[in-house]
Amino acid sequence: MCEGERPVLNTTIMLFLLQDGITNGAIYALLGLALVLVFAVTRVILIPQGEFVTYGALTYASLSSGQMPGTARLALALGIVAFGLDLFAGRRALHVRLVARAFALNVLLPAAILALTAWLAGHHPPVGVSIALSLLIVAAIGLFLYRIAFQPLAHTSVLVLLIASVGCHLALQGFGLVFFGAEGQRGPTISDAAFTVGPLRFTGQSLCVYAITIAFIVGLWLFFGFTLYGKALRATAVNRLGARLVGIRTTLSGQIAFLLASVIGAASGILIVPITTLYYDTGFLIGLKGFIAAIIGGLVSYPLTAVAALVVGTVEAFSSFYASNFKEVIVFTLILPVLVLRSLAAPAVEEEKD
Amino acid sequence: MSQRLPIILFALVMAAIPFIPGMPPFWIVLLDNIGLSALVAMGLVLLTGVGGLTSFGQAAFCGFGAYTTAVLTTTYGVSPWLALPMSLLVSGLAAVLLGLVTVRLSGHYLPLGTIAWGLGLFYLFSKLEFLGRNDGISAIPPLSIGSFKMIDPAAIYFAIWIAVLISALLTMNLLDSRTGRAIRALRRGHIAAEAFGVQTPRAKLLVFIYAAVLAGLSGWLYAHFQRAANPTPFGAQSGIEYLFIAVVGGAGYVWGGVLGAAIVVILKEILQSYLPYIFGGQGQLETIVFGILLVGLLQLAPTGVWPWLMSRLPQRASRRRIDPALTLPARPRATPASGVLLQIEHARKQFGGVIAVNDVSFDVQAREIVALIGPNGAGKSTTFNLITGVLTSTGGTITALGRKINNTPPQEVTKLGIARTFQHVKLVPDMTVLENVAIGAHLRGHCGALSSMFRLDRADEAGLLAEAARQIERVGLTDQIDALAGSLSLGQQRIVEIARALCVDPMLLLLDEPAAGLRHMEKQRLAALLRTLRDGGMSVLLVEHDMGFVMDLADRIVVLDFGTKIAEGTPAAIKTNPDVIRAYLGAAS
Repeated sequence: MCEGERPVLNTTIMLFLLQDGITNGAIYALLGLALVLVFAVTRVILIPQGEFVTYGALTYASLSSGQMPGTARLALALGIVAFGLDLFAGRRALHVRLVARAFALNVLLPAAILALTAWLAGHHPPVGVSIALSLLIVAAIGLFLYRIAFQPLAHTSVLVLLIASVGCHLALQGFGLVFFGAEGQRGPTISDAAFTVGPLRFTGQSLCVYAITIAFIVGLWLFFGFTLYGKALRATAVNRLGARLVGIRTTLSGQIAFLLASVIGAASGILIVPITTLYYDTGFLIGLKGFIAAIIGGLVSYPLTAVAALVVGTVEAFSSFYASNFKEVIVFTLILPVLVLRSLAAPAVEEEKD
Repeated sequence: MSQRLPIILFALVMAAIPFIPGMPPFWIVLLDNIGLSALVAMGLVLLTGVGGLTSFGQAAFCGFGAYTTAVLTTTYGVSPWLALPMSLLVSGLAAVLLGLVTVRLSGHYLPLGTIAWGLGLFYLFSKLEFLGRNDGISAIPPLSIGSFKMIDPAAIYFAIWIAVLISALLTMNLLDSRTGRAIRALRRGHIAAEAFGVQTPRAKLLVFIYAAVLAGLSGWLYAHFQRAANPTPFGAQSGIEYLFIAVVGGAGYVWGGVLGAAIVVILKEILQSYLPYIFGGQGQLETIVFGILLVGLLQLAPTGVWPWLMSRLPQRASRRRIDPALTLPARPRATPASGVLLQIEHARKQFGGVIAVNDVSFDVQAREIVALIGPNGAGKSTTFNLITGVLTSTGGTITALGRKINNTPPQEVTKLGIARTFQHVKLVPDMTVLENVAIGAHLRGHCGALSSMFRLDRADEAGLLAEAARQIERVGLTDQIDALAGSLSLGQQRIVEIARALCVDPMLLLLDEPAAGLRHMEKQRLAALLRTLRDGGMSVLLVEHDMGFVMDLADRIVVLDFGTKIAEGTPAAIKTNPDVIRAYLGAAS
């Protein structure tokens, strides 16, 4: 729709763009929330968030078309590495119970998922089962990713964690290409329902996007604001040592954060893959737009992040109408004025690095 | 010049390589690529490893360099050599613009910002008509000298590696100078550096521009090497790869950048040719290995390969020769009109609802040692921060030498001859004691980045180092002068901070718990030093918890409790003051 000769904006097109922007914005909001969540708890700036999106989407699409997604194998492989790390870390005090628990979580669980995936892949599972399985696979990957890449670095600076995060992104994106190939995929819609209000057509899919986004926002807000566990996670972020001294298991907090983030990422992927074709590297760009929202929210505020994400989505929709060639340029430059405002509002504070 | 020998040797070996008979041309191409990456990585070493500013966007600056020369030489027929300064200028200007926006950002916002503009610029390169969109610009003329055209990879090899060597020398010169010390202090936070007059935002912008110009140089060479420029090598992926190179080699070391480039470029070549046989899959398999290696490296060897390699080589203790005869001119002194050096009237600092300093008034006379004491949380360090401009005061006036200094930036306060130490030691642990102390004399030198790169600063530099050495001798740490500051005991580090403050040639010395962590004999030596300083005309204001030390040393004592002044007087009077006893020991019933 953006390839018109001379685009003229009328109310219908404007509403249409707005709707488009809000749907995309809702997805960016979900991702932005996950980024804020992970940063607040672990201080990791989660660049591989985009890969969770891709993995979720393409695993779901593969399952639906009766293919065996490679992500299930990756989950098992990561689990085995995580098991090895657990054994190595606990080598001075190996109890049978400890080993058994680590084995069950790191090896048996992903092995069971892999077996289930292999069995289901040939049987064209119903949409609900595919979704659940995709979420499970990506959740396992997220969990093991934290154990392998970030838990050993948990005490280091934000910058070191960021570089590690970029490393994870590189590796996961490379695996994505191996698993899903360079071809794009689409998945079946969750709901085929549709109705029209005036000139606008609402699909069941876009309503799902809105509903799930709102549910996550409210859920996270309640979790962090009002539950003891949520507060424990926040305490971990502020001061790891202090949190440990009052009895919070900081590694568990990190694992929960990554688990939530990978589930949110995979869910967003599953939500959009019926709307747009996803490639193995699309997630990175989508994730970065979530980032812009998260940065506007200062990496701390959930509501601000959600609002910012809607702005990013809308700006993207309108710039694809007016200057479709420069859509990405506009979206990514959007971050600069935001950063300027942030730096003016909050003069640099002393940071003890390394 | 024993330091220069390995570099000359390296240059000779590199110069000889193309002349080895039977050298496969492919290897020369590989070496060309290593040199191109090394240039960018060297900038990142300065930016990230030394200055602490992480950038994922350096590839975009290569793009500025490459596209500038591509457009100038193809569209306008300008000679590549004339395009070189333009390439560097455009990269530098882009860095100024982006730097003004992003460099002020603290911590993780900067790298995030660099990812964003790195991507934005990549899309810009691939969409602009005059840059040839996705196809880029081809048929760029080769570099040529007279009729000799550098088309052969073995010909441009020399241009690339001469650029690498010169850049490495200039970078090392820069780091070993007054400006270099300011840059090296950045990674440890800005408060200490600013207290000695370093304009930290300017220093950050400087390294940012420097790194961008090196990247631009690499881009210029790349354009004339490939004879084409398209957006792909200037995208986010390459930006990440450059950072990877710096981390692999050793982000804190100039030669680490070169070594990292060699490792990564060769590794990439090997992976690209063998991985498909193992996995049989489609391209980009090397990124998986790179990603995993990067994470593994951060966990196992975060400092990179270069320092590991160096620690294997036999150490030769290099000791700077310092000419003790050199002296710096004394700072021009404004003699105080009255005997009052520092006057604090109703100073007040509120943090939200907490009043940390509540209408505190006292003064410091010339040639006087005043102690500021009080229980923990009494507001002593906050008062120090108000005086030195680290914090802005909520109310009241602070006057030094008749000039109001409330809310004056720290860099200006120190110009008045007020120098300080910190309660939590703020030294750069991987710099030597001498270099740390020389930061104190920052404002007494005047050479900038350019003159230090070309070694025109040696007279200035020798003076600064001689002054630093003199102050180190004065505090009795001459034996440790070449030790790394981080290797000293905490007590000694406090003494180093005093030497650094003395380098300012101050009239007023502010010492925050100088005796903490010192042994008895060391405390006595410190007390003797402070008395000598006072008798030489300096005033001292100190915060200290060691009452024996304070009572013996101070001429006058000011007591704070919960942000309020509760007593002031001679040590004898303070010892018997009932309010003070109550504050320290609790109310006697």
